[in-house]
Amino acid sequence: MSLLFAILFYVAALVLVVGVAYRIREFARTPAPLLIPTTPAPTSTGGVALRMAREVVLFESLFKSNLWIWAFGWLFHMGLFLVLARHLRYFTEPVWSWVALIQPFGIYAGFAMAAGLAALWARRFLVERIRYISTPSDHLMLALLLGIAATGLAMKFLMHTDIVAVKAFFLGLMVFDIQPLPAHPGLYVHLLLVALLMIVFPFSKLLHAPGIFFSPTRNQADNPREARHVAPWAAKLEQQ
Amino acid sequence: MAAPDAKPKVEAPAYREFPTIPALQPEAMAGSNPYVAADKHNEAIGFPGALVEGWEQKAIAKMGELLGKYRSLRVYMDSCVHCGACTDKCHYFIGTGDPKNMPVARQELMRSVYRRYFTLPGKLFPGLVGARDMTKDVLDDWFRYYNQCSECRRCSVFCPYGIDTAEVTMAAKEIMHSVGLGHKYVNEIIGKVHKIGNNLGLPGPALEDTLQGLEEDVKEDTGADVRYPLDVKGAEVLLVTPSADFFAEPHVESLIGYGKVFHAAGISWTLSSAASEAGNFGMFIGSYDQMRKIAMRVREAALELGVKRIVVGECGHAWRVAYSFWNTLTGIGAGANDPFAVELQKQLDPNYKQPSHICEVTWDLIRQGRLKFDKSANDHRIITFHDSCNVARGSRMGDDPGGQFDIPRAIIKAVANNYVEMARGTTREKTFCCGGGGGLLTDELLDLRVKGALPRMEALKAVADGKGVNFMATICAICKAQFTKVLPFYGFKMGMVGGVHQLVSTAIQLGNEQ
Ligand code: SF4
Ligand code: SF4
Repeated sequence: MSLLFAILFYVAALVLVVGVAYRIREFARTPAPLLIPTTPAPTSTGGVALRMAREVVLFESLFKSNLWIWAFGWLFHMGLFLVLARHLRYFTEPVWSWVALIQPFGIYAGFAMAAGLAALWARRFLVERIRYISTPSDHLMLALLLGIAATGLAMKFLMHTDIVAVKAFFLGLMVFDIQPLPAHPGLYVHLLLVALLMIVFPFSKLLHAPGIFFSPTRNQADNPREARHVAPWAAKLEQQ
Repeated sequence: MAAPDAKPKVEAPAYREFPTIPALQPEAMAGSNPYVAADKHNEAIGFPGALVEGWEQKAIAKMGELLGKYRSLRVYMDSCVHCGACTDKCHYFIGTGDPKNMPVARQELMRSVYRRYFTLPGKLFPGLVGARDMTKDVLDDWFRYYNQCSECRRCSVFCPYGIDTAEVTMAAKEIMHSVGLGHKYVNEIIGKVHKIGNNLGLPGPALEDTLQGLEEDVKEDTGADVRYPLDVKGAEVLLVTPSADFFAEPHVESLIGYGKVFHAAGISWTLSSAASEAGNFGMFIGSYDQMRKIAMRVREAALELGVKRIVVGECGHAWRVAYSFWNTLTGIGAGANDPFAVELQKQLDPNYKQPSHICEVTWDLIRQGRLKFDKSANDHRIITFHDSCNVARGSRMGDDPGGQFDIPRAIIKAVANNYVEMARGTTREKTFCCGGGGGLLTDELLDLRVKGALPRMEALKAVADGKGVNFMATICAICKAQFTKVLPFYGFKMGMVGGVHQLVSTAIQLGNEQ
């Protein structure tokens, strides 16, 4: 079993890294021929960085748009962020001090994440407009994330597993030295779902995470009169 | 698609007591039938005359090409999470309740096809991710619903990733054009701009007559010799304005106003018969090529006439193209170091923004104290301002972000005493489209246009009833034409809409007053 999970995680990590790198390269390589920032927009690069930071950290546009989605979405994402940070302790020895510091918060974050997900999922059933646009894969994605959160929390509070051994397994994985993984059904399910999430990432709407950094309406400075901006394929038109 | 003589039924929705989000009415607008362009109109602008053999594969190939050329399209196809934040932001959804007018659903018309042909899950499990084959039904839905998007970008303000449905609509239109499915209204107009020089098909001599008539009218009204010059070489300013300004009401009142401003400030200016149109419908169909060709007329006119400044009149999408795209397309701007753009940029005066909006020109002159006004001349008006979508969300004026909101308002307040704002959430970057933008300003879509105007009409009604507003100023030719037509459906007088320079024109002192 340990070997199976080891292989699974190597594959998942490979798909995630190569897949996302490939998609990012695609985003980066595709030219943006016209300046289309949604105005009013910052006029300088520094301003753009600030706008992007507000979008990524605070979900500024979503806040302006819909307070419910913002509240649940933000709760989920910030929860997820803290939970991920908390999990760094399985990959570092000695554990970084800031990771140690946030351990207790990580637990609340786990609940916040699950609550946010559940609320977002409820909206997919309860709000007619969102029900209309939801596809089966939207529901499955929420089920997957909620499953990860639920199994994780269950291991913390209901059916403990040997986390020292889990840590040894992951530290081992990182140096290609496969250690035994505790035989624990909750853990198996948790890890299976995580691996699945890593594998679907590059093929799914989870691409919104890198996508936002490449969104021309958000990442372009509003300076078209001051600087000339021509994409390579468009410049060719001028040589004809 | 219905025969061109089928009369569309036009109904204004009732004002809502509380502007709640409408319940879905699936297929409410499925009967909206934009007229298909005839072969001669398609061919005149370089597209196949009618739906081509094997259009399915050709459409997919075109989509692939666009995904490689436009980062916006590529990123937006992949990034939507179906969060639903945009679902209630589109005026056409608010006015019609048709779920396919929710921005995300409009994108999904294309995204479902994108998934099927360009993503692994869509190829393997189409049902799971909502992927669809490119069929005639899908194409018909595209033609119907991409012609129910005014490319106003309101949804992009609210999307957490800035997904701009206008970009998707433009791409869809480009794909449809490439396989021979064009919209009659827009393609006819693009044909006219190339053949005659403007969207309305007004030939040079007629234009000259019109302008002469204006000079006489203004002389009669004011006693001043205000000139409306055409094709004057060596003038300082080339004014490029929407052709509706030459004779449509209330547009012409603003043209009269521009002339008075230049006259009062002593600036020599000219119009150009070759570039007698600021509008650029190339943008509406997402065609870089057409947009560039149409914009190039302005570059050529500027070089030919040897002007130092290029100024754009009151037109929303034209200002977006001019402000955001002209430098890219034609080199009208600054900061270039390639020979093509430098040729023009060394002729233009670097002390002015190139191009400038007429409101920037007027506001600068006001600040310099070079214009005098009798504000009381506008006292019969209680004025509000409708932000036009392309100006609001696709351009700027002045030096600071948001100048596109502040400068027109500052002008109004400088020339009139009674100014009232409409409700927040309906102005500035959150403004609602008039309902007629994006190439939809045509009679067969009147029902859609009337319904799409609902949110703006509600905001106007609130200030008309509450504050006595009787004039809605705007700086867009399409807004003016659209409101003139739809205001009566909502119980307003059509003369209630007009330009900012119409107000300037009313109050400006031309130096010969006693
Ligand atoms: S761009 Fe405007 S018209 Fe088009 S979907 Fe978005 S809000 Fe609606
Ligand atoms: S707001 Fe953006 S991410 Fe959310 S459904 Fe609309 S387009 Fe998709």
